[in-house]
Amino acid sequence: MTGFDVETPSFSAGKKLVVVSAGLSQPSSTRLLADRLTEATTDRLRESGPSAESAGSARSGESAATEVDIRIIELRDLAHDITNNLLTGFAAPKLQAAIDAVTNADGLIAVTPIFTTSYSGLFKSFIDVIDTTALTDLPVLIAATGGTERHSLALDYAMRPLFTYLHAVVVPTSVYAASADWGSAEGSTLPDRIGRAAGELAALVRVSDRSGRVGDPFALPSGFSPVGGFGAQ
Amino acid sequence: MQFGLFTVSDVTTDPTNGTTMTEHERIKSLVAIAKKAEEVGLDVFALGEHHNEPFVSSSPTTTLAYIAAQTESLLLSTSTTLITTNDPVKIAEDFAMLQHLADGRVDVMMGRGNTGPVYPWFGKDIRDGIPLAIENYALLNKLWHEHTVDWQGKFRTPLQGFTSTPRPLDDVPPFVWHGSIRSPEIAEQAAYYGDGFFANNIFWPKEHYMQLIGYYRQRFEHYGHGTAAQAIVGLGGQAFMAKKSQDAVNQFRPYFDNAPVYGHGPSLEDFMEQTPLTVGSPQEVIDRYAGMREYFGDYQRQLFLMDHAGLPLKTVLEQLDILGEEVVPVLRKEFATNRPADVPDGPTHAALVARKVADEDAARALPKTKENSSDLVAEVTK
Repeated sequence: MTGFDVETPSFSAGKKLVVVSAGLSQPSSTRLLADRLTEATTDRLRESGPSAESAGSARSGESAATEVDIRIIELRDLAHDITNNLLTGFAAPKLQAAIDAVTNADGLIAVTPIFTTSYSGLFKSFIDVIDTTALTDLPVLIAATGGTERHSLALDYAMRPLFTYLHAVVVPTSVYAASADWGSAEGSTLPDRIGRAAGELAALVRVSDRSGRVGDPFALPSGFSPVGGFGAQ
Repeated sequence: MQFGLFTVSDVTTDPTNGTTMTEHERIKSLVAIAKKAEEVGLDVFALGEHHNEPFVSSSPTTTLAYIAAQTESLLLSTSTTLITTNDPVKIAEDFAMLQHLADGRVDVMMGRGNTGPVYPWFGKDIRDGIPLAIENYALLNKLWHEHTVDWQGKFRTPLQGFTSTPRPLDDVPPFVWHGSIRSPEIAEQAAYYGDGFFANNIFWPKEHYMQLIGYYRQRFEHYGHGTAAQAIVGLGGQAFMAKKSQDAVNQFRPYFDNAPVYGHGPSLEDFMEQTPLTVGSPQEVIDRYAGMREYFGDYQRQLFLMDHAGLPLKTVLEQLDILGEEVVPVLRKEFATNRPADVPDGPTHAALVARKVADEDAARALPKTKENSSDLVAEVTK
């Protein structure tokens, strides 16, 4: 239903929006929800507000059109590499590219099926192979799919604390889609929730400078001395 | 350029027949492997230190002294000695003792270990891993370079008027390597002292180690020990060989698939592509390792892991025949070709003694200049 590339090899100059979909079946409703959220967020970012003609308004982060690069990561395609990373401690090139994309994003849409009261094991394993400091300040929209709406709170008792622990910034609205949501055109609140969450994420992505940052993997902790801080000198 | 072996001393069931060496057999196999290393013309044998099953090597200096008594030229080293949980005073004494017994054929590689519970077992906190490595080595270095030491730190009892005995052979301590797989602090420490830096290199992609070694080389130069190209670098490697490439793959695959570190994970083919593991003909191993200096610069020591994952001793000894007779002689020629004259050779006791004497003569003959103060030995023996 969308024209998004699953593997976008390189980004251009726009804001970097990364989508992680942990659905296992193909086609999957998790991917369907991910695509709806991506489309809604992209629309919000690309639309010009009333004062878009003013160059200064871009800096206010409110209303100028924002270019956006989208990268969609299907964890199913990386499932073996994720397991291998857990066993060997390093990521194969394709997985490393996905980790780098998430790490350097201006915004993340994370969508998982709810399995046995929580995010799927594959989703958690992917998070586990990312450095625990790599997602600091990352704006995140959390979303999930499940058979019934009874599990919708898993987003708030499992997904949200996971990203809070990682010091990511999770937008207030999370989106849960039960099977029934896909069949009720009139009266369904799913499109409203998607729109509200997308607006919240877009506002944070507009002002994020994460993708422009340069990390230093060899930065020494402040105060580090190669001879120690005691009587050793 | 020095070539040799490093071993982790694992006792692993041979997956092809279900047999497992006893600890006694494994310990004796380490000795047989070290003697074979000398016999086939390798330069170095390095032994790990572990304090948990399935590893047998908890006491490397004891083992290395026994090997020293049965060898003539083999340089004995460690991979690694735990600078975090051992008392640095005991490391200073144990390795000085070994150095005397082995007539200088000794150096040592510092490491932090890879098993979390070792810290609490030895009364330490794993969160202090880096501070322990930094402080303990600062004390070890002082004990080897100063006769009488007053010292106070955070992690051990203070020392007043202490002299570690015996003093290092010829007053030249064993050369020190620092091993690390990811910590820039340890690369920084190695560079600060002008010590060697060893990148295990066998379990992760080379790009990671290229960055870490590049960082160490830059900092070595920054601290005035020489140019970045003159920094002392060691690399790990891993190979399994047969005359025909496919025979090597078929013979090694069950060991790979069930190995403690990477077994039941990536395929042998993927792992060979992503790490320096080379399973194939001797020529394939030569080609792979001759290419290492393209990535890491000219370096001083190449160690191979050859005896693990349950490989029988007989197979390991056959592998060493191939390594020593067919691979290393060719690699020596390859590494010598176009090697800049100012890149140091692998460190030996004789070379360090000669350097110390030359430096002392120079210091007597001339007033101190900036140039000779930047010399490696002068720097650490000040």
